Amino acid sequence: MNKKLWINVVMAILVAGLFLTVSCAKKTVVSDATTIEDQASAEDQAAADAEAQRKAEAERIRQQELEAQAAGEKAIEQARQQAAKTRFLHQNIHFAFDSSALSSDAKDLLKEKAEWLKQNQKVSVTIEGHCDERGTTEYNLALGERRANAVKNYLQDLGIGAFRLDTVSFGEERPLDPGQTEAAYAKNRRAQFVLK
Amino acid sequence: MFLHHVYTRSLKTSHKQSSTAGSPTGFCMAAPRARLRVLPLPRAVHILLVLAAVFFLWHPAQGWAKSYDTINISNPFLNKTPVAVAEFKALTGKDAETEIGATALQILNEGLAFTGYLKLVNPRAFLSNPAQSGIQLGQINFRDWTGIGAELLITGGVEIDQDQVQLKLRLFDTFNTKLLKGKIYTGPPGQVRRMIHLFCAEVSHALTGTWGVFNSKLSFISTVNGNKEVFISDFDGHNPRQVTHHKSISLSPAWSSDGQWLAYVSYAGGKPDIYIKHLAENRGAIVNREGMNISPAWMPGQEKLAAAMSFSGNQQIYLLTRNGEIIKKITDSWGINVSPVFSPDGRKIAFVSNRSGTPQIYITDLDTQDVRRVTFQGNYNTSPAWSPDGNKMAYVGIEKNRIDIYMINLASGPGMPVQLTRDQKDNEDPSWSPDGNLIVFTSNREGNLPALHVMTAAGTDQRRLLHMKGRQTQPGWSGPMTYED
Repeated sequence: MNKKLWINVVMAILVAGLFLTVSCAKKTVVSDATTIEDQASAEDQAAADAEAQRKAEAERIRQQELEAQAAGEKAIEQARQQAAKTRFLHQNIHFAFDSSALSSDAKDLLKEKAEWLKQNQKVSVTIEGHCDERGTTEYNLALGERRANAVKNYLQDLGIGAFRLDTVSFGEERPLDPGQTEAAYAKNRRAQFVLK
Repeated sequence: MFLHHVYTRSLKTSHKQSSTAGSPTGFCMAAPRARLRVLPLPRAVHILLVLAAVFFLWHPAQGWAKSYDTINISNPFLNKTPVAVAEFKALTGKDAETEIGATALQILNEGLAFTGYLKLVNPRAFLSNPAQSGIQLGQINFRDWTGIGAELLITGGVEIDQDQVQLKLRLFDTFNTKLLKGKIYTGPPGQVRRMIHLFCAEVSHALTGTWGVFNSKLSFISTVNGNKEVFISDFDGHNPRQVTHHKSISLSPAWSSDGQWLAYVSYAGGKPDIYIKHLAENRGAIVNREGMNISPAWMPGQEKLAAAMSFSGNQQIYLLTRNGEIIKKITDSWGINVSPVFSPDGRKIAFVSNRSGTPQIYITDLDTQDVRRVTFQGNYNTSPAWSPDGNKMAYVGIEKNRIDIYMINLASGPGMPVQLTRDQKDNEDPSWSPDGNLIVFTSNREGNLPALHVMTAAGTDQRRLLHMKGRQTQPGWSGPMTYED
């Protein structure tokens, strides 16, 4: 009995000691392990950093290539838009002598212009009505106004807001071609678009 | 400033003349007016005041002029009256007098052409020389003049006293051996031109009862300085001066009947608007309704205008006050209605409309509002210009791609138009002289640029009016200017 109690006490102490020992040993181990791990991640970090840098560099180069490509595409797009704008501004609507009626060609061209105006919502334009030099100054002022209005009305029918379309007649005062040939007259009988 | 006065007095005529008011010698001058000193045209105004005085003082003589056998001007342009204009006599024998006399003779010869019904007898045919033998009634051998076919004779004398020039001018009826008109003008040498033109007006009045074009001013558009601007000159295109400086497009100048106001169109505001401007004072109005405001024309004797405006959507003609307020709408039709001109009595308006499909000239009665079409030949008839007697309409027609000036008789109903210009390139913008004898117009017959030309109302004697650089268009003579208050 006494021996058994002694064994029990020793066991209890051992178990307690074991507990204490385990807790102490654990602390040490954890501490040692952490230190070791830190050293290892620094090495890994350096490697990872190098890798990341390489990747970033690769990414930067790729991005640069993409940007260059995008810029190229943008430039092409801009050129395309510029061309469309130039066409919008320089393709005039032509009329027959003493007429403000829109021909089918004129209507086709105006449909294209309406498309452009829809793609460029912020743009407002002045439609100038012009005549050839034949006929009377005052009558040509009136005729030029009717030409400009005919164009404006057609664009409105195609869905362009009236607030974006101003008109002014220059009659025979601003010929494109000062010549006195039928070709020059035909060129001068026009509605012309000017950005506001 | 007062040096610029031209003094006028009458020489005795064969007729008993009522004595001029308050001036037993017939000597008259305009009272200088302090108010007028501020005007930008003091010289012209003073001269015109003198002219006004001449008109006034000669009023009793008008009855005399009417009782005299005036020239029948039914078609005087084809059958002109021959007039001999003698060399001027240097009255005190000075070289300067001879020199001024030669200048004056030249101005006189050119001036008489603006009557339209006088033709000069070639001086080489002259049988006597009044510069030697004398310029007065008793010193003239009328057989020398009737013998060479001269029905009229004009003599002149020049006297220089210090810096004043005196011109003594006489118009004789050679067949009746009568002095028809005698005048003495005194002024500085720079006014010789004006003096001669005052006498031309007297000649016109003595022969036809009207003062002719000599007291008118000419307005027109010129690009001489780059942009289209309004200019005003003497009746014959001399002394042009620029009256607008918009550096834009200016068009369609129109005189009020007293010559004090000018209405015109300008793009100074970015679109065609009407500017109404007092020529001497800094006042006026701008008619800038939405759309365009164009082709102003003054109502005779009134401070009202007709003009075409498009704020309603269609181009219609309206009657406006001088401030641009609408009095009433004159036209009410689809299409273009532009270029109104008043009949001389102010009761009708001629205008251009394309209501029938092509531009044609119509006349509307302001009271009854009746509208009738007056041009039927061709597909393009514009620019109506109503003759001062109300009986004729000059206008522009395009036939076979040729732009020419035509005339129709309004009194006799629709008839064939008379073509006034032909085969001389493009001819446009007709406008009558106040006496109805001449038409001023634009033609590009010399070179390719439009220039001002003049012809008689029968289309004869077409000639260029002034030589300026650039393009000269849209000429118009004012009514006789009197500057009477």
